[in-house]
Amino acid sequence: MPEGYDARWIAVVLAAGVGLLAVLGLFAANLFLAPRRSSPDKAVAYESGIRPGPINRSQVNIRYYVFGLLFLIFDVEAVFLFPWTVVFLRSAPAVFYEMLIFIGILLFGLAYAWRKGALRWR
Amino acid sequence: MVTWSEVVLTALGLGALFAALMTVVLSLTWLERKLLARIQRRAGPSVVGPHGLLQPVADAIKLLTKEDVRPADAPRFLFWFAPVMVVLPSYMLWVIIPFGDGLLVRAMELGLIYLIALSVLEVVGLLLAGWGSASKYSLLGGFRAAAQLVSYEIPIIIVIIAVAVFVQSLDLRDVVGGHATTIAGRTMSYAGQGGVPLALVMPLGLVVLFIAGLAELGRTPFDIHHAESEVVGGPFVEYSGAHWAVFYLAEYMNTFFIATLTVLLFFGGWSWPSPASVLGDSAPPLAVNALGAAWLMAKVYAVAGVIFWFRGTYPRLRIDQLMAFGWQVLIPLSFANLILVATVLYYGWPTWTLPLISVPLLAVVARVAFRRYADPRKMKTVRMFTRSTRADGETVLAPQAGES
Repeated sequence: MPEGYDARWIAVVLAAGVGLLAVLGLFAANLFLAPRRSSPDKAVAYESGIRPGPINRSQVNIRYYVFGLLFLIFDVEAVFLFPWTVVFLRSAPAVFYEMLIFIGILLFGLAYAWRKGALRWR
Repeated sequence: MVTWSEVVLTALGLGALFAALMTVVLSLTWLERKLLARIQRRAGPSVVGPHGLLQPVADAIKLLTKEDVRPADAPRFLFWFAPVMVVLPSYMLWVIIPFGDGLLVRAMELGLIYLIALSVLEVVGLLLAGWGSASKYSLLGGFRAAAQLVSYEIPIIIVIIAVAVFVQSLDLRDVVGGHATTIAGRTMSYAGQGGVPLALVMPLGLVVLFIAGLAELGRTPFDIHHAESEVVGGPFVEYSGAHWAVFYLAEYMNTFFIATLTVLLFFGGWSWPSPASVLGDSAPPLAVNALGAAWLMAKVYAVAGVIFWFRGTYPRLRIDQLMAFGWQVLIPLSFANLILVATVLYYGWPTWTLPLISVPLLAVVARVAFRRYADPRKMKTVRMFTRSTRADGETVLAPQAGES
């Protein structure tokens, strides 16, 4: 284990705990301070003042998936780019050019998606 | 190993950090309302406290005393967990943000990766809120939020990588304070080492980060996921009371975060202009640190002011314009910036070649993008209704076929 590893991640876990406690504290304060008078009308979802119809959550437009996929590709690329940033100046020339080729392939993919109209919001 | 006293101290520090962030959020809401009011020639909050300074406190108390309503169809756990899922990552980001030399909870060598990993998580919370509210507007807003945040995350990541390439470190302290990097016999010179701030070296990166940051926050002109006139309140439609307050806490924390990130990466954070050289060599370290933190805060509030100024000035983009702008302009630009920085460093060209190439590139791209997306001469009217005359002479409007 590298030095300071535990101290660092304990701080992160503590931050999650402290943040959770603070937020739950706000909710608890709300619970005690706020009035509670429930009525069937309050529990109706908002829909411009009319009775809402049934909600069908399974219908999602395909365009969201297209952008989700594209994001995944570039996000994974970023994971590869991070270690490269701090080593390429100290490594063999191949390391630098390899990453340029890698970025080039991905940009070609972006250009292809653009040409195919995948970047258009329809 | 870590002792218990250290753990307790860290927890206390984190609690203080949360309290400080709440205060900052309150001050930011006041600043935003006051600035917007001035832009719109109104007075803004002016009744509660001097200059309305206590208005945010009054608002917070009001929100805590409002009833928490949950739609009947909404799954209990998802509905109440979504705000936590949004606010937790935006708070945990602050663990590694340095406010001065050594003024931070915990330093991390891989801090930039940590920032990115956590800032993407907000999408999950917004999607949960949209899905878990059992309301059509929420669902629509949740999906819009996912599409938008995910698209504008990429330019931010690539700009951060470009900064890491230039600084040759993934540690935020190195980005600001500078570390002695000597590459191929050359010492890098930027803000921390008495050089210029990165904004002058990498103007392309600054522009891309700031615009993508605005979109990441969902602030005007990129606020389509909670655009009032389109999806009412987006994922927040069904929330009230403390849960709504927590969403807005997260939003203003993120605003503060993007402003801080811009300042830390591009305006030299606390170390430019160097507080030690301003105060002289004999100044006590405490004074130097305090002046550095004051520089940082002044710059962060200035950037936050610019973000609010944008909100008062620009109209909202349509969703198709928004997505096209992100994917067709910002992402290629961010990659151009990364390749440019890496090439300049690799071949050892002098640093001033970077702005020399990137400023004309930025000008050309801005011109082309304007012609393509915003030129008023190219705007075409989309007909939503067809006009026809009935037999009795009355003009009627019917929805255009094929439009939805």
